[in-house]
Amino acid sequence: MNTTTAPLVPALEVKDLQKSFGAICAADNINITLPSGARHALIGPNGAGKTTLINLITGALRPSGGKVILGGEEITSLSQAGRTRRGMARTFQVNQLFRGLTVLENVYLSIGERTSACNGLWRSAGREAAVIDEALDHLQSLELVADACKPVRELPYGRQRLVEIAIALAQRPRLLLLDEPAAGVPSSESHLILDAIAKLDSNITVLIIEHDMDVVFRLADRITVLVAGRVLTEGTPQEISADDRVRSVYLGERREVGRG
Amino acid sequence: MDANKSSSISSTNAVARARAADLLARRDRYRIVEALPWIAAIAAYFAFPNQMVLGSQTLILILFALSLDLILGYAGIVTLGHAAYFGVGAYAAALLITDVGWSEPISGLVCAAVVSAIAGFLSGLILLRYRGLTLLVLTLSTTIMLQQLGNLFRDFTGGYDGIPNLNIAPLFGYFDYDLYGHTYYLYCLAVLLVSFCVMRRIVYSPFGQALVGIRENVARMHAIGSPVHWRLVVAYAISAGLAGIAGALFAQTNTLVTLGVFDFDQSAAVLMMLILGGAGWLYGAFVGAALYMVLQNELAKISPPFWQFGIGLLLVAVVLLTRRGAFARLAKIDQHLP
Amino acid sequence: MPPVVNTIISILFDGLAWAMFLFIISVGLSITMGLMGVVNLAHGAFAMAGGYLVVTATASWGVPFLASLIIAFIVVGIVSVLFERTLYRQLYDASELHQVLLTIGLAFMAIATYTYFYGPLPQAIRVPYYLSGELHLGARSFPTYRVFLIGVGAALIAALWYGFERTNIGARIRAAVDNRRMAQSVGIDVDRLFTITFAVGSGLAGLSGGLAIQLLGLTPSFAIIYLVFFLLVVAVGGSGSIWGTLAGALVLGVSDTAGKYLFADAGSFFIYAVAVLILLIRPAGLYGRE
Repeated sequence: MNTTTAPLVPALEVKDLQKSFGAICAADNINITLPSGARHALIGPNGAGKTTLINLITGALRPSGGKVILGGEEITSLSQAGRTRRGMARTFQVNQLFRGLTVLENVYLSIGERTSACNGLWRSAGREAAVIDEALDHLQSLELVADACKPVRELPYGRQRLVEIAIALAQRPRLLLLDEPAAGVPSSESHLILDAIAKLDSNITVLIIEHDMDVVFRLADRITVLVAGRVLTEGTPQEISADDRVRSVYLGERREVGRG
Repeated sequence: MDANKSSSISSTNAVARARAADLLARRDRYRIVEALPWIAAIAAYFAFPNQMVLGSQTLILILFALSLDLILGYAGIVTLGHAAYFGVGAYAAALLITDVGWSEPISGLVCAAVVSAIAGFLSGLILLRYRGLTLLVLTLSTTIMLQQLGNLFRDFTGGYDGIPNLNIAPLFGYFDYDLYGHTYYLYCLAVLLVSFCVMRRIVYSPFGQALVGIRENVARMHAIGSPVHWRLVVAYAISAGLAGIAGALFAQTNTLVTLGVFDFDQSAAVLMMLILGGAGWLYGAFVGAALYMVLQNELAKISPPFWQFGIGLLLVAVVLLTRRGAFARLAKIDQHLP
Repeated sequence: MPPVVNTIISILFDGLAWAMFLFIISVGLSITMGLMGVVNLAHGAFAMAGGYLVVTATASWGVPFLASLIIAFIVVGIVSVLFERTLYRQLYDASELHQVLLTIGLAFMAIATYTYFYGPLPQAIRVPYYLSGELHLGARSFPTYRVFLIGVGAALIAALWYGFERTNIGARIRAAVDNRRMAQSVGIDVDRLFTITFAVGSGLAGLSGGLAIQLLGLTPSFAIIYLVFFLLVVAVGGSGSIWGTLAGALVLGVSDTAGKYLFADAGSFFIYAVAVLILLIRPAGLYGRE
């Protein structure tokens, strides 16, 4: 008996994406396709438009042209919150945490918004057992339980970065966008971040912006190189490292762990 | 060796988890110290029987400030027009008595709450798309326009002379009102207590937590899928409803309502009270309103400029002392922000 | 002259005079807001102080009116530097709420102080003979004082234009308003710029306070009563922009005058309605940037 496998819908498709700020073109005709479960890295020199691209994908910026398609569904006109509810989560290059709240409360909010528990204004937040348990599970997997009741701003930067990742993971995303997750993290703590990313479920599609080539080679199965808002090339780590054009773009740039 | 180590880690984890969950669960438990303001209010009833009018006014202002705390202290939205909802509630209660002829007080409060909440909801839908100077000017302008509209329709509203003779029926058909305002005071206290409990519940709910999230980092809230605008509109509507109840209490106990309820002075005063007492911890309304009223009463006796100078000086001092983390201090988190 | 045309001319003229006054008093507030992001609700208090200075100078010291205006500009400007160095400095990083409340507190203190020394009643002033009465221009006559106001406004616009577009310091201020961090990183002393701008802006407020006595009357509460109007002008025009302030002042000044002429009682509604409409559509103001 013949069985035909249904064509797999890509987790993310970016088609001819454009973004101009007046005369400046921050994103020029960008095309990227990520199959489900991909580990894809986005590299390029400073100012290449990597964060702009992430902002366009997550909806923080509206494109001047082009489309964003998530799991086969076009989401170009959806708001950030709308895209998040469709299974997209991100971390920011600079931590966007609730600094005055505890680590547990930070992750709690993420789950509460996902499950719509935050619509409830008559129940007690402290008695939402399901939300709290799930939050603690996420903290446990990132070894943050000991800090659960500390205000986030009291944590060292590396652990704060972990909270940033915990908040994103608490969304149970299909697509996870990490903007320089190890940026600003002292080398003594960066392994925490890398381990956390390496441990991610293979069902989750991951797009990661990184400067550190060691991290990129370790984590990514494909790499897109962005220069001046345009895709220069795309390929496997081996192909990219052998590419002369990529080398010349990076000539003079030193490789440092955790450079933001 | 490994099994021992991993089981000790997991038991440490289990202990930490239980502790964390427990701390969170106990956050909204009523603490003994929270009875203080109510004890003080009841003590005032017995200790200052000649000051009951001042007392009622203070209680009403506390409720008004409390309503503002939800949107300002918790959600972090700064407006200059909260008096609009106080005024809407006051006129709703007044017109219920004079035009509809219905003088039962509690249903008057409910009617005022509903009308102001609707006003808050509708205006919030539009206004809450803006922030900063734009929102300040929009809220200020719409409240002034409301006041002027009131003057335009003075056949309806009594204009700047207002609507007099607002006499409410005895509470529950039994408790009548004496000249010295004793019953009014207890009435206001009871309404304040109920309203406070409602607010406290909302503030400690997941919704309340989301409001704090919006205040602390709205970019993050968008990124975790929070319907920020809707959350704010709902909070604003509730805040307007509570302000409306305060306005209705004012109309009922003052027996007179004028367009002065919409004055910028009102919006500014309640803002000041909240800052004096501290925004974002509910009790700031109590401390701030009481402080404001006592100061006004004492200092204005010397001379009105004295009072104005005093309150101005106090504001400057409070802001200078608390500008680094007023909200944090008053939400009982330590205040050494980087 | 047909009555309709007459009314239109009156509205335009009075509207222009009112707009010029609004411009003079608001331009300082707009630039300081755009430059340092400080909401200064005590701006009206500087105007009020300038007004009282002009009253005292003309009535008690015998200084001529025009000279008193200049003195008000200079003195209020210098005194404001004191406030800037001590208090306003603290507000640069503060939240908007704190800025609003601290500056309201200052305004209250100012009003109380002036009430104590001058009393709450309105102050009168005698404008020089050449500024009173009416001027006959063509078929119509116009109050001389208002023509004077328009003249002062026009001169100020020219001076500010020159200062902003043609001088070094103007260029630096524009740069700092546009992008403060960038300006600092190319070596512009933004703090000093702010002090200068604040001084000029407050000085202009003092000047307009002197001008206001004849136009609106002067009591200590002046500081707060008219505050709404300058906030409206700055918000509608777009903070940080001289042209924005002018546009805002013209739109609101003429709408307000038109409203009061055409609808008497309901007329004071108009300035707010127009402001709200503009802000709903362009929240950053006519010349504002997002």
